[in-house]
Amino acid sequence: MLQLQQVSKTYDNGKTALQDISFKVSKGDFVSIIGPSGAGKSTLLRTINQMIPVSDGQILFHEDDVTRANRKKLRTVRRRMGMIFQHYNLVTRMTAVENVLHGRLGYKSTISGVMGRYTEEEKKKAFELLGQVGLEEFVYTRCDQLSGGQKQRVGIARALMQEPELILCDEPIASLDPKSSKVVMDYLKSIAKDMGITCLVNLHQVDVAMDYSDRIIGVSGGKVLFDGPPSELTPEILSEIYKSEDLLV
Amino acid sequence: MATDIFKKRRIHMVLFFAVFTGLYVFFSQQLNFNSATAFTQIPSGFAWLGANFWPNYTTTAPEFLLNIIRVLLRTVIIAVASTTTASAFALIAAVFGSNKTGIHWTIKYIVRIIAMVFRNIPLIAWALILLFSFRQNEFTGFLALFFGTFGYLTRSFTEIIDESGDGVIEALKSTGATYFQIVFQGVFPMISSQLVSWVLFMIESNIRESALVGMLTGTGIGQMFNFFFSGFRYPMAGMVLLFIIITVIGLEMLSNKIRRLLL
Ligand SMILES: Nc1ncnc2c1ncn2[C@@H]1O[C@H](COP(=O)(O)OP(=O)(O)OP(=O)(O)O)[C@@H](O)[C@H]1O
Ligand SMILES: [Mg+2]
Repeated sequence: MLQLQQVSKTYDNGKTALQDISFKVSKGDFVSIIGPSGAGKSTLLRTINQMIPVSDGQILFHEDDVTRANRKKLRTVRRRMGMIFQHYNLVTRMTAVENVLHGRLGYKSTISGVMGRYTEEEKKKAFELLGQVGLEEFVYTRCDQLSGGQKQRVGIARALMQEPELILCDEPIASLDPKSSKVVMDYLKSIAKDMGITCLVNLHQVDVAMDYSDRIIGVSGGKVLFDGPPSELTPEILSEIYKSEDLLV
Repeated sequence: MATDIFKKRRIHMVLFFAVFTGLYVFFSQQLNFNSATAFTQIPSGFAWLGANFWPNYTTTAPEFLLNIIRVLLRTVIIAVASTTTASAFALIAAVFGSNKTGIHWTIKYIVRIIAMVFRNIPLIAWALILLFSFRQNEFTGFLALFFGTFGYLTRSFTEIIDESGDGVIEALKSTGATYFQIVFQGVFPMISSQLVSWVLFMIESNIRESALVGMLTGTGIGQMFNFFFSGFRYPMAGMVLLFIIITVIGLEMLSNKIRRLLL
């Protein structure tokens, strides 16, 4: 469903963040992307929904090349890709359910989105999703009153509200304690397994990636150094991926 | 190394006071400003004010008081109307002028330049300039407050939007939200309490200013104060002043309450 072909990205300041990245992902895959700080993980994830335009290469989502999509096309592509962030990126002054409903904006006319007008069906769905992530009591709680783990679950519900085929997660547990991390990772895993939604997850913690992934992509210096199942990820390959970090420590 | 830093601190402190005192001495000499007599005159100045401006029995006539209230109310309404209208325009300008939500760099620059010009023309100058085109009437005062407020708030709102997190904008953009959906569902909710706080502050400040503007445009409470003041009817002028002070303090307390409610 998703295919990257020789994707490269050089920022305006001349910094090359991605070089010649190619891989394919199928429906329902749980793929982790690991690599040292500055490897290009965030950049890679953001080229897929074109939050960051590529310098070169193609990204095929089904049959569409997203790198060439016009504004209207891009909107229909983006709404089928959920995104989850390290810092949750919720509108903290709004309630949990309002934040979840933001997942529908990509489907609405500008005016009804601006006014925040949602159908009864959409509202029902938002309540359901909040129940699914265990937040039924917090539906009307303002998000600045939620804990980190709860905020991230609102973030997951918002992504699911898009009825996505793919969810991109940029360090979803980097700001969470171990217990909340496990809860969040378990939800993401079940999203891939039970709902057949592909998950692409940037992770700092190699052990977590090993535990949860069907497949791991190791990135370093903007290049893919490893692409395969966790069982094939040897200590030698790991130290190769994190080489630059070893030098720093 | 550590002692060096402490020593440097001390030297900075001494230098700071030396420069400060030096500047004061220099400028007061330039101005022939004798600080000793100036400061001793302050109490007698206040004594004169108290003796002359203190409202007395002549100023408590009901129709006089009612008249003050009527004029004051009208001035307050104009100040509030002018401030809120200017706030709305400032918000629109700020959205297009902010680095976060601006559409094109040319528009950003135009907005910033307009805001800068408007902000740096003093309110009194606005009133005097507008007097030429609009004569002495209430609309002139309204416009003077409008332009000053617009310039000031455009800049403040632009900064508030610039400082609001990228995260929300990025998140909504990634759902496929359109530009205006992001602005209304993401940016405005994030900055709403700061916006309200600024608007309330400007209302307070503009009610104070409107007394001054009214003296120039010959309208409202400013004109009333001026009328009694230039007619040497100080107790009456004092009564008008008292009402202005009470109103401003009352509104300040009210807006503090609103701020706390909105937090
Ligand atoms: N907007 C930008 N402009 C210029 N260079 C950038 C920009 N964003 C990232 N970079 C550079 O691109 C490289 C890759 O950054 P990226 O954020 O993708 O790394 P990352 O793997 O996500 O790192 P981390 O684990 O610290 O989040 C880094 O060297 C970074 O300095
Ligand atoms: Mg990153």
